[in-house]
Amino acid sequence: MERNTDRSEFARKALKDLGISIYNQMEEGRFPEVMIPSRQTNNIYYDPKLEQYVLGDKRVVRSADNVKHVKPLAQLLWVARIGKELIDYDRVSTLRDLFYMSKNIDINFATQQESDEAVYDLEALLSMPRESFNIFPHDRGAIFGDLTVRYRVKGFKDSLINLTDNPDGVNIGPALDNAELVKTTADKVIAIEKGAIFIQMIREKVHEKFNAILIDTTGQASRSARLLIRRLNEELGLPVYILTDCDVWGAHISMVIISGSVNSAHITGLNTPSAKWLGFWPTDINRYKVPTMKMKELDWKRLAELKADPRYKEKFWKEQLDAFERLGLKAELEAFSSKNKSVSQTFLVETYIPEKLKELGAI
Amino acid sequence: MLSEQFQELNVADFFYKNKDLVGFDSPHKATYMIVRELVENSLDACDGHRILPDVRVTLSRVEGEGGQERYHIKIVDNGIGVPLEAVPYAFGKVLFGSKYSMRQNRGTFGLGGKMSMLYGQITANSRVTITTSQGGNKIYTFELSTDIRTNTPIIYRRDEADNKSHFRGVKIEFDFEGDYGKARDKIIEYFYETAMILPYAQLTFIDPNGTLLFYPRITEKMPNPPVETQPHPHGVDLELLKRMMAANPHTSLQVFLSKNFQRVGERTAKAFLKSNGFDPHMEVSQLSTRQLTKLVTALREYPDFLPPDPSCLSPIGEELLREGIKRLLSPEHVVVTTRPARAYEGNPFIVEVGIAYGGAIMPPDKPGKVQLYRFANKIPLLYDEYSDVSMAVIQSINWNQYKVKLDEAPIAFITHICSTKVPYKTAGKEYVAARPEVEKEIDLAIKQAARELRVQLSRMEKAEYRERRTEVLRKYLSMMASFSTFLAEKTKEPDIDSLLREGGVKKRRKGAVQLVDDPPEDEFKEKGKA
Repeated sequence: MERNTDRSEFARKALKDLGISIYNQMEEGRFPEVMIPSRQTNNIYYDPKLEQYVLGDKRVVRSADNVKHVKPLAQLLWVARIGKELIDYDRVSTLRDLFYMSKNIDINFATQQESDEAVYDLEALLSMPRESFNIFPHDRGAIFGDLTVRYRVKGFKDSLINLTDNPDGVNIGPALDNAELVKTTADKVIAIEKGAIFIQMIREKVHEKFNAILIDTTGQASRSARLLIRRLNEELGLPVYILTDCDVWGAHISMVIISGSVNSAHITGLNTPSAKWLGFWPTDINRYKVPTMKMKELDWKRLAELKADPRYKEKFWKEQLDAFERLGLKAELEAFSSKNKSVSQTFLVETYIPEKLKELGAI
Repeated sequence: MLSEQFQELNVADFFYKNKDLVGFDSPHKATYMIVRELVENSLDACDGHRILPDVRVTLSRVEGEGGQERYHIKIVDNGIGVPLEAVPYAFGKVLFGSKYSMRQNRGTFGLGGKMSMLYGQITANSRVTITTSQGGNKIYTFELSTDIRTNTPIIYRRDEADNKSHFRGVKIEFDFEGDYGKARDKIIEYFYETAMILPYAQLTFIDPNGTLLFYPRITEKMPNPPVETQPHPHGVDLELLKRMMAANPHTSLQVFLSKNFQRVGERTAKAFLKSNGFDPHMEVSQLSTRQLTKLVTALREYPDFLPPDPSCLSPIGEELLREGIKRLLSPEHVVVTTRPARAYEGNPFIVEVGIAYGGAIMPPDKPGKVQLYRFANKIPLLYDEYSDVSMAVIQSINWNQYKVKLDEAPIAFITHICSTKVPYKTAGKEYVAARPEVEKEIDLAIKQAARELRVQLSRMEKAEYRERRTEVLRKYLSMMASFSTFLAEKTKEPDIDSLLREGGVKKRRKGAVQLVDDPPEDEFKEKGKA
C-alpha cells in the first residue's frame, strides 16, 4: 500500500469495477459469474518470502447459472453493495451488524457464519480486508504515544490529533485505521498483550523512556490493530517489538502480528514481517528467576500444534518452543512484580524491557 | 334324465338350506347380494351383447307389521331381454347350467340372480314380477315363483301388451326381508366401483331414503364382448365330460374331442389318444368309469395342447380403465397395463392393472393400509381385500425402487382379472386365491405399471425442479441486477427477463471478473466447487 493513501478510495474503485463487471455480463445476456480465490485449506500455503500464509492459485467460479451458486453470488454482491454504502456515507458496520442488516432484505443468510462467509469471499475477490469497505470488528486495542494523525472521517476531517492527549490511550477504531499518519518523534513501537500492563507502562512513561509508541493488543491483536502496527512500521519506518506473557499463547500473539493468521490468508497487508518478540521468552525464565506455573494440558496441546506450523521451524522460534517443552513451565508478565522495589519503579520497566531491547539491538 | 332332475331339485333346495354359504347369511348381507346379483345379470345382458348398459335400481321400504324390515326392489335394464318362452325357466327355476361352452360372464349361468328372487320368496313370501321385451311389438309381464320342492316355475299371471314405448330389456320386481341401514355403505361402494370399471355404463340407484346415486355414461366405447368358445381340455372335470358325452354318445373319441374342445383338431386328438393308450375310434359311450377317470386326468395333463383361446375374454382395455379411474379417483397420474392372456388349468385369464397417484387421492391414514380396488370379470370385490392375491403382491413389492413410499404416498391400485373361471377362494366371490399363474401375472402387471409411474413421477420432479430453479434464479438475479446497478453507479437495471427466457448466452470465461494473477483457463481445477 502506498504511503498515506486513502484506503476507502481503493475500495470504492474495486467495488465499482465488480459492479460494472456483473452489470455488463447481464447486459450481454450472460449469467454473471465471478472467480474467487479458493479459501479452502488445500489452497492455503505458507509463503516464506512474504513470511505469511497466502492463498494458492485455485479459483472458485461462482456462476448465477448454477442454482447452487446463485444465492451466494447474490449475497456476495449484497455485501459489496453495503460496503459501497458504508464508504459513501462514511459509516461503519460489524460482521454481526451486517448479519442483522440482511434481515431487511430477502437475501436469506441462515446464520451469521453464512454472512461472514460472504464477507470473506468479497475480501478474497477484491484482495482487500473488510476494513477497507468499513466492516470492522468491535473496537479492541488501544494506542498511546507521540503520534500525530489526521482523520479522514467526515466531520473530523483535517483535525490533527496527538495520541498522547488521552491518558488511557486511544481506541484503535475505524477512524484511526484510515487516518493519515502525519508525524511522530518515536523511533519504535512496543505492542503489549495486556491492557493493565499497557496502562501501567503509560503511567511509568515508558513511551518517553524508550521513545516508543505503545499499543495494547488485548490478547490476540485485532485486524485493525495489526493493520495499524503494519502501517506504523511501513509508513513511518518504526521497528516493532511485542511483549507478551511467557506461554505458547503469547508466542503466537507475536507470530500473528509478524506473519498473519491462517484465517486471513486471503488478505495481504495485515502482517509486519520485521516485528520482533521482545519477551517474555521461556529462555528468560531461568535468567530472571520469577515465579512460574506448570504448563497445563491445553498448553501442551497448543505447543504441539505450533510445532507443526512451518513458521516455527525458524531457529529462534524453534528454540523457544523447545524451551517450553523442556521446562514445562509458563509465567505471566506480572510475575516480574515479585522483584519490584516499589510500586512506581517496576522491574519490568526498569530492568527487563531495557535489557531485552538491548538484546535485540533496539537501543 | 332322472339324474338331471335330481340335481335340479338339489340346487333350489340346497340354496334354501344353505343360503349363508353363498353370501345371503344375514339380512344386510342379503340386501347387498340381491342388489349386486341383479345388477350383474343386467350388465351381462347389455355389454355381453354390445349394448351400452343403462341400469336403474330402486329400493324402497315396504310397510309391514314389525319384525325384520321389508324392502321392494325394482331393477330395469336395457339389455337384450328374454324370449317369451324362456321367461318361466329363466326366472322361476334354478338351473345348474346346461351350456357346455366357455365365455367370460359376471355370474355363472345367472345363478345369483335366481337365488336373490328365491330369497325374496323365502323371507317375504314374495312373487316375482318380470316385464320384458326384446324390442319387438309386444311386451310381456309375468308373475311367478319357484316350487322349491320340485324346482319348477309357478306362473300366477302372464300378460301381453303392445310395446308402445319400444322398451327392450328386463324389469324385475319383488319384496324381501333385509337391512338397508347396514348394507348402505357396501351398496354405494358397489355402484361407485362398478362405475369405475364400466365408464360406458349408466347406473342409477334410488335408495329407500330417496337418495339418488347417478353415474352417467362418460364414453360410448365398449370392450369387445366375449366370444363363446368350447372348453379347453386342460380345464375339464369328470362331470363336464360326462355331460358332454351324454349329448354325443355315439361319436368316436377322436371326433368327440376335436368337435367339442378348443385347440383340439383331429390330428391333435389322435396324437393325444394314442399317447395315452386310447383307441381313437372307440365310441364315447363305451368308456368304462375307470377309462373315463383316466381320460380326464390325461386331458388335464397332456402338455401338447395349445394354450386356451382368449377370445372368450373381454378385458376392459387400457383406455377405458384409464377413463374410469380418472373419473372417480381424479388422480394426477394414471398408469394402466393390460397383460397378454395366460391360462391356469385350461382357464384363460387376463390381468389388467391401474395405478393412480396424487391428485384427489389421499395418503393412507395408517401404515400398512393400501388403497386397492379389486375387480373380477368387471365386478367389484368388496370383502376380504387383505386376503386377496392382489394385496399380497402389492405388499411383496419393494416400492423404493419405484420412488414410492407405500405408507405415505397418495396411491391407489386397481386390479382386474377376467377369466372364464376366476379362481375365487370362497363361494361368496369375495377374493381371489393366490394361484401361482395368476399371482405372477398380477406381479408383472403391477411392476410394469409401476415402472411407468416412476417415469412420470421423475418427469414431474424434473419439471418441478426446473420451475423451482427459474424461481430461485429470478429472485437472485433481480437482486444482482439491482446491486450491480448500484455498484456500477448506473441508473437503468440490466434486463434479466431475456436471460431467464433464453437461458443465457453460451458462457465465455473471459467475461468474468478479472482477478489479479488470474491463472489461465485450463488451470481452473476447482471449477464448480464451493
